[in-house]
Amino acid sequence: MGYLLGIMTLICCNIIVVIGLSLLTGFTGIFSFGHAAYMAIGAYSAAILTTKLGVPFVLALIVAVMIAALAGRLIGIPTLKLVGDYFAIAMLGLGETVRLLLDNGGKLTGGARGFGNIPGKTAFPIAFVIMVFSVIVMRNIIGSRYGRCFLAIREDELAAECCGIDTYGLKKTSLTISAAFGGLGGALFAHYITYIQPIMFDMAKSTEIAAAVVFGGLGSLSGSIIASIILIGIPEVLRPLYQWRLVFYGLLLVGTIVLRPQGLMGGREFTIQGLKNAAQWVQEKIPGRGKGEKR
Amino acid sequence: MSILKIEGLTKVFGGLTAVSNLNISIPQGRIYGLIGPNGAGKTTVFNMITGIYQPTRGIVEAEGKSLAGLKPNQIAQAGVARTFQNLRLFKKLTALENIIIAGQYNTKYNLVTAVLQNRAFKEEEKRLRQEALQLLDLVGLSEYAEYKASNLPYGHQRRLEIARALALKPKILLLDEPAAGMNPEESLALMGFIRDIKDKFGLTILLIEHHMEIVMGICEHIVVLNFGVEIAHGSPEEIQNNSEVITAYLGEVEKDDAAS
Ligand SMILES: Nc1ncnc2c1ncn2[C@@H]1O[C@H](COP(=O)(O)OP(=O)(O)OP(=O)(O)O)[C@@H](O)[C@H]1O
Ligand SMILES: [Mg+2]
Repeated sequence: MGYLLGIMTLICCNIIVVIGLSLLTGFTGIFSFGHAAYMAIGAYSAAILTTKLGVPFVLALIVAVMIAALAGRLIGIPTLKLVGDYFAIAMLGLGETVRLLLDNGGKLTGGARGFGNIPGKTAFPIAFVIMVFSVIVMRNIIGSRYGRCFLAIREDELAAECCGIDTYGLKKTSLTISAAFGGLGGALFAHYITYIQPIMFDMAKSTEIAAAVVFGGLGSLSGSIIASIILIGIPEVLRPLYQWRLVFYGLLLVGTIVLRPQGLMGGREFTIQGLKNAAQWVQEKIPGRGKGEKR
Repeated sequence: MSILKIEGLTKVFGGLTAVSNLNISIPQGRIYGLIGPNGAGKTTVFNMITGIYQPTRGIVEAEGKSLAGLKPNQIAQAGVARTFQNLRLFKKLTALENIIIAGQYNTKYNLVTAVLQNRAFKEEEKRLRQEALQLLDLVGLSEYAEYKASNLPYGHQRRLEIARALALKPKILLLDEPAAGMNPEESLALMGFIRDIKDKFGLTILLIEHHMEIVMGICEHIVVLNFGVEIAHGSPEEIQNNSEVITAYLGEVEKDDAAS
């Protein structure tokens, strides 16, 4: 039971990170393969605050979120002027840079050996409540004019600009929010696992987060959540195959892009009616498998 | 007094002068046409007016204010809206969302109130939605409000893009080949539509179009470009009888014949 609760706590932390990237990639159309960096920034900031400075947990969470958001903002200023793939490459570089900085952070970060003795404050109920709260906040942002601006940028940046949208400014906003969520997930994660290492936030982690967003379907918040549960949950259960996880994510990314480019949810949100339709679809598909191959 | 004034407008791409020393001055409430063979520089003029391209030389003034140095979103908010030659709708979003997005630039709520969903937020959202629905109704697309833009019939997509520009509440509307890909019947309907919105919204319009029956039918004044240079301007009758214009277009017809 404790083991299962642990996995569920981990999933909650990761959902927060994944919906953060979902906003940036799924809703704003900006790909980033270095998002674990923001998680690391949140994790280390909060850990240093609680462990070394004796700051209360909740306050440490808030400050860590602010630090991650600020980092996202500052990193966005030069990089969001880059177009398309160059931004994704810059983020890849950022991910590695942050990891190296933490590796060489001396006493402050504990270097490559890691940072331990973090108080285990992230119990499952706390993680769960904060996760639900985060999802609601994100849903409200997406449902507002900000969300519509992000979608407009994703659909056609030039047209968005000509519709009076300050696209550069809003892309910075999207990255800032996204980084804040990454930081929150990271901070919670640090206080669940109680021991963090730079390697936990490496490229594999960034790929995992991006894979969850793509697999869940770009532009679907519920898709991101379901994908997090599947992607974080399954590897945890299959711990012995841990070294293979990058292969697994790679295959999943490529598989999703080839077989179902719209992702699990295809930009739609999870609803009961949708579930019924899907069940019907499956029933129709199973007897005559051959028909499904037409595409 | 002219509401849109272009003076000495020039754009050089590397060695190519796409637009050369162009002057256009449009009085409030008029429809002007900008015509010319393919590659004449018409779209480049629109791109300079809307801030997408920085002019190499020359000025653009809207309502007496220079647009120099403004970003496209600022120019859009300042009352100059446009459509695109190759439709640029937000394809995966609904018709209604397309309109709301253009109408929301001066919304009075911020990120925090959006998250909290307070009264001000809800009222603003309601207002945005109502205004957008009204606009859709006005352009005859209300039954398509919840359709994805890409699922609309082509002619309606063109109309939706114009409606989206109108949602910005512009004074000046730039239409880049609104009848492209339309059959004569649809073009005719479009002509009536453009006249209609001009009156309803008190617009001043600059129109790029290859369909001559539209240009001659609704433009009060026409400017003809060829290789970036103005070769003629005047009333539709004057343009139709201008020998230089005829030669420029005949040259194109011959080229087209050779190509096909
Ligand atoms: N960004 C750019 N870089 C380089 N050359 C450009 C650029 N944009 C336009 N041009 C060139 O400028 C010239 C004018 O192009 P423009 O698109 O303005 O023509 P147009 O009159 O709109 O033609 P059409 O009727 O085919 O739309 C063309 O030769 C085009 O190749
Ligand atoms: Mg053109």
